[in-house]
Amino acid sequence: MELKLDVLKKMVRSIATTAPHEIGCDECFNEIDRFVELELQGKKPAEAMPLVQAHLDRCMNCREEYEALLDAIKACQ
Amino acid sequence: MPERTNAEWLADLRGPENQQAITDLRVVLIRGLSYSLSTRLRGDIDTLVEDFAQEALLKILNNLDTFRGESKLTTWAQKIAVRVAYSELRRKRWQDISIQDLYPEDSGIDYTPAVLTDPGANPEMSVTQRNILEMVLRLIQEKLTEKQRQAMIIVMSGGLPLEEAARQMGTNRNALYKLIHDARKRLKEEIEAEGLSADDLLAAFGSI
Repeated sequence: MELKLDVLKKMVRSIATTAPHEIGCDECFNEIDRFVELELQGKKPAEAMPLVQAHLDRCMNCREEYEALLDAIKACQ
Repeated sequence: MPERTNAEWLADLRGPENQQAITDLRVVLIRGLSYSLSTRLRGDIDTLVEDFAQEALLKILNNLDTFRGESKLTTWAQKIAVRVAYSELRRKRWQDISIQDLYPEDSGIDYTPAVLTDPGANPEMSVTQRNILEMVLRLIQEKLTEKQRQAMIIVMSGGLPLEEAARQMGTNRNALYKLIHDARKRLKEEIEAEGLSADDLLAAFGSI
């Protein structure tokens, strides 16, 4: 198999922005309900919970679920 | 439906007469899932949503002790329902794509893109960019474990979502995230050891 050029470039950027400590999907899941509530209260969860924000920027599965949760909670308000 | 505090939800869900609280929570989950999935799926989703809500309710009732009270109970319950729904949808969506197809183990893998083997293929790429890509490719081959290499390539090439790649590799999404994080850290250290900083990499590729 051959790596596509755009994938390789994505890898380079991903390596360059790697932090020594990143939380995984489990820790993100533990925090995401609080994160979403802060967001809906108009507070700034990215500032209060930067590790969660960094994980959401990197993990597409967690981002997808975060956006779905945001929609779901809005629908019930 | 009565407004409940978290303490009231917990008492009602745990109580001997918990049927009303369960019914109320099911209504909340179904309303939330219906809305969030209606933007993603076409057609009649009512049965699907009810199945997801039912599966999520069982998980929620079995895990009430893990609720830490840092959000509303309904928000916590809804995140469990979203996880149930999206995990199942991903599994169905990707079940026909296997890791073996994306990453054949016995093919004498050469990752090198044509653009690096053929200098005329992409004349606008600078010497610096070419050198960095060659270095990263070399380090991926030399410094990562086979498992790290496989995970990083499969997930970053977009071949499979993290969760589905994890399922097929016999692990879970959190563990796979950590495995790839370790791989990225290792590569970053090795690149720095060869004299390039993260800023050098971003200066070369950050804006593309």
